[in-house]
Amino acid sequence: MRNLKKLVAAAAGCLISTSIAFAGAYPATAGSGAPPAIKDPAVEWDHLWREVIIDITIIGVVFALITAWLLWRYRRRPGNETGHAPKLSAAAAVAWVVIPTFVFLADDLYIAANGWQLWNVYREVPADRLEISLETGMYSFDYTYPNGLRTQNELKVPAGKPVLLRMTSRDTLHNHFIPDFRVKEDSMPGRITYLWFLPKEAGKQHVVSCAAYCGVMHSYMAGKIVVLSPEDYKAWYDKEGAKLNDTKSAAERATAMPAKKS
Amino acid sequence: MNIKEWIFTTDHKRVGILYLIGSMAAFAIAGVMAMMMRIELSSLGPTITDNPTTYNVWLYSHGAIMILAFQIPALTGFFANFCIPLMIGAKDVAFPRVNALSVWLFYVGVILALLTFFVPDPPDVMWTGYPPYSTITTGNTAFYTFTVLILGFASIIGGVNFLTTVVYMRAPGMGWTKLNIFVWCTLGAFVLQLIFVPVLGTAVTLISLDKYLGTHFFDPTNGGDVLTYQNLFWFYSHPAVYVIFLPFFGVLFEIVATFARNQVFNYKMVVFGGIFGIVALAGVVWVHHLYVSGMADWLRIGMMITTLMISVPVGLMLIGLVGTLYKGSITFETPMLYASGVMFLFLIGGLTGIPLAVPSLTIHLARTYYVVGHFHYVMAVAGTFAIFAGVYYWFPKFTGRMYNEFWGKLGFWITFVGTNIVFWTMMDIGVQGMPRRYYDYAQFPQFVSAHQLMTLGSIILGIGFVIAVVNWIVGAIRGPKAGDNPWGSHSLEWTTVSPPPHGNWPSPPSVAENWTPYGYEKR
Repeated sequence: MRNLKKLVAAAAGCLISTSIAFAGAYPATAGSGAPPAIKDPAVEWDHLWREVIIDITIIGVVFALITAWLLWRYRRRPGNETGHAPKLSAAAAVAWVVIPTFVFLADDLYIAANGWQLWNVYREVPADRLEISLETGMYSFDYTYPNGLRTQNELKVPAGKPVLLRMTSRDTLHNHFIPDFRVKEDSMPGRITYLWFLPKEAGKQHVVSCAAYCGVMHSYMAGKIVVLSPEDYKAWYDKEGAKLNDTKSAAERATAMPAKKS
Repeated sequence: MNIKEWIFTTDHKRVGILYLIGSMAAFAIAGVMAMMMRIELSSLGPTITDNPTTYNVWLYSHGAIMILAFQIPALTGFFANFCIPLMIGAKDVAFPRVNALSVWLFYVGVILALLTFFVPDPPDVMWTGYPPYSTITTGNTAFYTFTVLILGFASIIGGVNFLTTVVYMRAPGMGWTKLNIFVWCTLGAFVLQLIFVPVLGTAVTLISLDKYLGTHFFDPTNGGDVLTYQNLFWFYSHPAVYVIFLPFFGVLFEIVATFARNQVFNYKMVVFGGIFGIVALAGVVWVHHLYVSGMADWLRIGMMITTLMISVPVGLMLIGLVGTLYKGSITFETPMLYASGVMFLFLIGGLTGIPLAVPSLTIHLARTYYVVGHFHYVMAVAGTFAIFAGVYYWFPKFTGRMYNEFWGKLGFWITFVGTNIVFWTMMDIGVQGMPRRYYDYAQFPQFVSAHQLMTLGSIILGIGFVIAVVNWIVGAIRGPKAGDNPWGSHSLEWTTVSPPPHGNWPSPPSVAENWTPYGYEKR
C-alpha cells in the first residue's frame, strides 16, 4: 500500500507540472501591449527536441533496465521451475490501469503543451517580413520576389528578416525542405500553403531539398538559400529590379511600335 | 505428399502454411530489393543502376510487398489460420472453403506483385501512391491498384471468417476471458481490417479511374482535391499499423507466457485497456502522416493529442508483456530470445515515435530517414522479429520436428546486431536532414560514410535472416521428432498431436471451470 501512495504522489506531481507547462503556452506579453520579440523557430525547435529526447531517453532507459533485470532475475534455476506470479486483487488490477494511464497522459499532455506552443511559433508569421511566392514544378523551385523578380533554385534573402514563402505547384507534390531552418511544407496544385524561417548569418548558404516524392528525378530537385547582409541584399535587389524594369519597358516599347503604324 | 491436396485444401492448418510459404517468398523478394537499394546508396551518384526509375521501382516494391504481402498475410494469414481454431478448441474455421478462397486470392496478389518486375513500365509510385504523380506517371499504376484490391479482398474475407469462428466455435466452457491474448489481438486486427480496408480500396480505385478513365477526383483544375487521396489512404494505412502491431504483440504474449511459465500479467488490463483502446483510437490519428501536407492547422493540433494518447493503450500492453516476466521461470530458447529482442526494439521504436506525434517537431523530421528508422524499429523489424519468434515457437507444432537451437540463436544475434546498426544510423542522419526516397544524395555529401555503414549493417542483418530460414527448411525436412508439447505450454493448441490431423482432435475438447491458457501454477 505504501508503494501505491508513492505512485499516486508521482502521478500528481506529473499532473501539476503539466498544468504549469500549459500555463507557459500563453505568451507572457499577452495583453501588455508590448510587441512580441521575434522567436526563431529553428532555435525553439532545437530546444523542444532536446527536451523531448531527454524525456524519452529517461523512460526508455528505465523501461529497458526493468525488462533486463526481470529477464535476469527470474531466469529458470533449480528451485524456480514454474512461475508464481501473485494473484492481483481487484483494486491492484484497476490501479495498474489507472495509475500508468495518468502517468502516460501527464507526460503526453506535457509534450503536447510544449509542442503546441512551438506550433504557434511556426504558424504565426511576424508582420515585418519578406514575402516570396514559390511555384514548384518537376524539378525546380521557382521563386518570385515582390517586385516581380524571378529566380530559380536560388533564393537570396537579407539576414535578420523573416521570410515567408507562399507555395503552390504546377504539377505534382513537392516539398520545400530547409534542414538548417528545421522547416518543410508540401506544395501542391490547387492549394496554397506557407512556411516561414528566420535567416540570421550573412554569407551563409543553406541547402533546400525536395522532401515529397515528386517523380523520377526527385532526389535531384534541390536548391539553396543565400543569406546576404541587408545592405548587400538591397543593392542586389535594386539592381536586379532596375534591370527588370528596363527589359520590361523595352519589351513594352517593342510591342507598342508596330501597333502605332497600323 | 500430394500437390493437388495442398492446392485444394480447406484445412485451416494447410491454408495457414500456404500463407506462410507465400509470405516468406514475398519477404525474400522484398528483402532483396532492400539490399539492392542499400548497395545503390553506398556511394554518391550511380552505383549499380544509372536509372532513378529502377531504384524507385525497388523502393515501391520493397514497401508494398513487405507490408501487404509479407507482414499482414504472415500475421493475419499464417498465425491466425494456424493458431486460432487450435487455441479455441475448434475443428476448423467457420467457412473452410471461404478460407481456401482467401489464400488463393492472396497468391494471385503475390503473383501480381511479382509481375511488377516483368512488365515494361512497372509502377514507381511508392507504396503510398500519392496523386498527382500516380495519375501522370508512365509507370503502370493499375498494377498497384489491383495488387492492393486483391490482397485487400483476401484479408477481408479472412476477417469475416475468423470473427465468426471465434464468436460461434469456441470449445464448451471457453468464456471470453479464457481466450488466448493472441486470439483477442487478432480479433482486434480483423475488426480494423473490416472497417478500414474498404477505404483503401476506394482510394486506390479512384487513382486508376483518374489515370485511365479521365475522372477528376484528385485533379484541382477540374474541381478535385489532391489532399483527399492522402486522407483516404492514411485513414486505412494508419490502422494497418495496428493490424500488424496487434497480432505480433499477441504472438509475443504467447511466447513470453510459455517461456516464463507464468500467467499473463493483468489479463483484463491487456484486453480491455490495451487492445480495446488501440482499436478505439486507431481511426482518429491518421493526420499525423499529413503534418507537413498542408492540412488545416486545427486538425494537426487535434490529432497531435489523439496520437500522443495512443501511448496509453500501447503502454498498458507493454506493461502486461514485461509484467508477465515478474516471478516467472524464464528460459531462453530461440523463440524467447527473439521475443526478448522485440521488447527492446519496440521500446526504441515506440519512444522515437513520440517526437513524430508532435507536428512542430515533425515539421523538421517528416519525410526524413528519421521516420524511416522509426517505423522500421516499431513495425517492420519488431514485427518481423515477432513473426520469426512465432514461426520458431510453433515450428514443432506445424512440422512435428525441431529446428536447430544453435543456428537459431546465432541467427538471432546476427540479425539483432545488423538491425541496430542500420536503423539507429538511419534515425541519426534523418535528424540531420537526410530526406527519404532519394536515389542519389549529391546535396548531402556528408552522409556518405553513414550510408556505407548502413549498407554493411544490412548485409549482416540479411545473413541473420537467411540463417533462420535455412534452419527452418533443414529442420522441417530432417529435424529430430519434437513431441506434442516440447515447451510445456498450457495453451490448448499443444494438447493435440504434432502435426495436428485434419479435424485437430479425435474428439472435440472442452475446458474446465478453472482452466486458463496460462494456468501454470496449480492453485
